[in-house]
Amino acid sequence: MTTPTRDPRTQFARTATDLLDEDLSTALVIAEISARFFGTAFRRHPDRALNVGIREQLLVNVGAGMALTGMRPIVHTFGTFLVERTFEQVKLGFGHQGVGGVLVGVGGSFDASTAGRTHQAPGDVALMDTLPDVAIHAPGTAAETDAALRSAVAAEGLHYVRVVGQTNADSFVGPGLHVVRRGAGATVIAFGPVLDEVLTATAERDVTVLYTHTVRPFDGPALRRLLGTPEVVLVEPWLAGTSARCVADALVDVPHRLLALGTRRAELRHYGSPAEHQRAHGLDAAGIRRSVDAFLAA
Amino acid sequence: MNDIRRLLTLMTGDEKHSLASISTLDVLRVLYERVLDVSPETVDDPRRDRFLLSKGHGPMAYYAVLCDRGFFPESWLTAWGTFDSPLGHHPDRNLVPGVEISSGSLGHGLPLAVGTALGLRAQGIDSRVVVLVGDAELDEGSNHEALELAAALGLDAVTVVVVDNRSTSYAVPGRIAERFTTEGWQVTTVDGRDHDALEKALSERGVGRPNAVVATVLDGQGEAA
Repeated sequence: MTTPTRDPRTQFARTATDLLDEDLSTALVIAEISARFFGTAFRRHPDRALNVGIREQLLVNVGAGMALTGMRPIVHTFGTFLVERTFEQVKLGFGHQGVGGVLVGVGGSFDASTAGRTHQAPGDVALMDTLPDVAIHAPGTAAETDAALRSAVAAEGLHYVRVVGQTNADSFVGPGLHVVRRGAGATVIAFGPVLDEVLTATAERDVTVLYTHTVRPFDGPALRRLLGTPEVVLVEPWLAGTSARCVADALVDVPHRLLALGTRRAELRHYGSPAEHQRAHGLDAAGIRRSVDAFLAA
Repeated sequence: MNDIRRLLTLMTGDEKHSLASISTLDVLRVLYERVLDVSPETVDDPRRDRFLLSKGHGPMAYYAVLCDRGFFPESWLTAWGTFDSPLGHHPDRNLVPGVEISSGSLGHGLPLAVGTALGLRAQGIDSRVVVLVGDAELDEGSNHEALELAAALGLDAVTVVVVDNRSTSYAVPGRIAERFTTEGWQVTTVDGRDHDALEKALSERGVGRPNAVVATVLDGQGEAA
């Protein structure tokens, strides 16, 4: 096992290359994007590590075709090309055929802050969540990326791993909700790489902070078990409200209030840095604090 | 009436798909009766030949041929399209023994065939992957991505059968064969009703490059045999 790097995308490439070495049933399919990371994999495993060129529909169906022969493909490109451009390939090639694979999207909501909307996919998690039984991972550190990819490849079914440049300070390896801080009041759930901002935003509030990089399946039983006052705040670095239905399901018999923070639906139409995009969506610590304070005061 | 015809008449109620169904009948019969190494006994054998019906519209001929070869009982045919039937107006690989891909949405089969051939190659399995597409289905851009890559990688396990009944809106005579030739495929054009010609074309497997068989079938013609 490779020592984790600080950079999740580099870590993804290292772990994927290791998995190709370790498991003959694993395959890697890319469409030019990230090719520079995979020279070793292409040299060592010419039959199982493939670059299909700039052909994203084909990318997904080639992975699905390999899965039809019993292999476990890792299918990778920018998130927007991987799940938005090719969504029917994902839905039919994997889902409807009844075969599994591991889709790894990079870029997320605002890694490509200077590239504009064409390379940003804030809706990817909500879109993937329309498929039955899909597992969605949003690792917040390189160590979590390594662990998430390994567990997704070892598992069955369709998995989506969302690898982005933003990271948290601490790693929490393993599925489900992790308790980061206990409090008497509301429950704030940080999804993936927003934990540091959430901890800063709520430092002076008597709240419970939970963290997860397992977006789906959502750990509803843990939420029920850990819930203090019946107030829940979701902080997701993708489309606001994506996981609201999961909270509604988990607390269907508990009168509760919910604040769902995330990226807005409106296009931002600004460039700049990822941090500026986080701020613009109210996902920096100050923005989260403002929203949580207003919610708790209501 | 031969037995395939009789089996076909057991299925009714999907008129819009009937022409699409009949145009593929001869190719399907030749594949399952003379070419493919797959049977109900080897349906889960990793080394079986794969047939992927990309053109999942009008699968009556497909169902009739699979039934005739013993993949499922004849009693299934009469109830097709009903709630509890495994046989839908588009086939589902999870419901029908012998069906390799669930299809109906156009433009998926050829890219899946390329992936299947790559998966078999990676596992050292020399089986063939034959995929049937329609001429209008080739309009889907996903096919173009697939036919370029299959040639670039020399996937000689792949054979595409294009059933050309001139159903595309912007037909150009000869374009289909020329397109495959341009990309480096081995291409044969045959009368899609001539079983011996189909058998010869479908049995050949070029070395180092993928194979395309353009089976010309004009609408309104009946089954040849």
